[in-house]
Amino acid sequence: MEIRVLGPGCARCHEVEKRTRDALAELDVAADLQKITDMKEIMGYGIMGTPGLVINGMVRCAARIPSVAEIKKWIQEALRP
Amino acid sequence: MSEKKIFLILLAVFLAAYFIPFSNLSVQNALSEAFLLLQGYAREHVLLCLVPAFFIAGAISVFVSQASVIKYFGPQARKLLAYSVASVSGSILAVCSCTVLPLFAGIYTRGAGIGPATAFLYSGPAINVLAIILTAKVLGIRLGVARAAGAIVFSIIIGLLMHLIFHREQQDAKPAGFVTAPETREERSLGKTAAYFAVMVSILVFINWGKSDPSMAAWYFIYRIKWIIGGTLALALLWMLVRWFQRPELHDWSFSTWIFAKQIFPLLFAGVLVSGFLLGRPGHEGIIPSEWVGRLVGGNSLGANLFASVAGALMYFATLTEVPILQGLIGSGMGQGPALALLLAGPALSLPSMLVIRQVMGTRKALVYILLVVGMSTASGIIYGNVVR
Repeated sequence: MEIRVLGPGCARCHEVEKRTRDALAELDVAADLQKITDMKEIMGYGIMGTPGLVINGMVRCAARIPSVAEIKKWIQEALRP
Repeated sequence: MSEKKIFLILLAVFLAAYFIPFSNLSVQNALSEAFLLLQGYAREHVLLCLVPAFFIAGAISVFVSQASVIKYFGPQARKLLAYSVASVSGSILAVCSCTVLPLFAGIYTRGAGIGPATAFLYSGPAINVLAIILTAKVLGIRLGVARAAGAIVFSIIIGLLMHLIFHREQQDAKPAGFVTAPETREERSLGKTAAYFAVMVSILVFINWGKSDPSMAAWYFIYRIKWIIGGTLALALLWMLVRWFQRPELHDWSFSTWIFAKQIFPLLFAGVLVSGFLLGRPGHEGIIPSEWVGRLVGGNSLGANLFASVAGALMYFATLTEVPILQGLIGSGMGQGPALALLLAGPALSLPSMLVIRQVMGTRKALVYILLVVGMSTASGIIYGNVVR
């Protein structure tokens, strides 16, 4: 599973990254999690605002901080074949 | 924090402790000015102004649906609407200063084009809710209002000018529209959200109601009962929170508020200390002699306003730090016109942000944008300086 957290590096994006790691730990799922801070790359995803969360290439959340429960739900959806 | 960074910090602290002439009377004076200014802020502005403002900022970032505002920037949006929304939405969308640049990049490449994008780019940092509130409280209502009005008006003008100048280049770019994540349901009607914000802003306004001359009857009367009004509004707010909001939402709200406080408080405190050290409290001297300030940016000449604009454009102001710095400058003799010029150019630009803008728009457009910002700030400074004379 490929997860990308999009954000230039402020507290909100850090929080999204932290919650994503918590969600992965709680579900005991491994994933390739990376933070993207380069503006051009972030622009490439076409989101309207940071922080952004992308799972397996699909934008799940943009411009807000999702709850750990929401992130877990998205991870589980991504696990289903 | 990397080991190299820790080393550099220790080195810097050592060098400062070694070389700063603490026995020099001016330095001692400047240091006490720094802490006296800090105490002034702590006693006068933090509890009644900053803390409520952080709650409001937190509420905006959690409860206002950014998606519904963003759609006005879409490629299908009518131009007039896009510009009007762009100029004001900075207060809603750019509460976290780091969201301005990515959002600008997004609007520029996928939305309604260079006009609304640059309008937003300018107004975003300039019309930051926290900054306007603190500006009005510390520097006075007139400058607060002038700053907000100037930010809105000139963002539209700058956006339109950018559009006119670069219009032809934009035509081949096909706006792609934003990628939207699946929307969460709106749990509250717009009316309720509006009422909730209105009450919070009213509380902020009333508990900060200034004491005026007893001869101004209505004003003074409100000042006398401001705590009664504030208390009543607070009860109304409590009722709203209990009836209209759910536990997890309130938790998100306080968490968002906390993030802002955590991020901005240290910066503001540092800014206050620096400003106090360099410029002293209003009516007192810091390390920099007031006559230098007066000579460079006193009065309302073209030179003074231009200097203030350019300096503001280059200098980096962490969120809210422009306020204590301006307070120090005004107290040391800066004119009202140059003060507004600095307020309009300072937060909107800095050397680092110029580089990012250049990365997004290209050097030519970025240069034109910067020149427009400096020009408009200088002009509005001159106008304002003449109006309040």
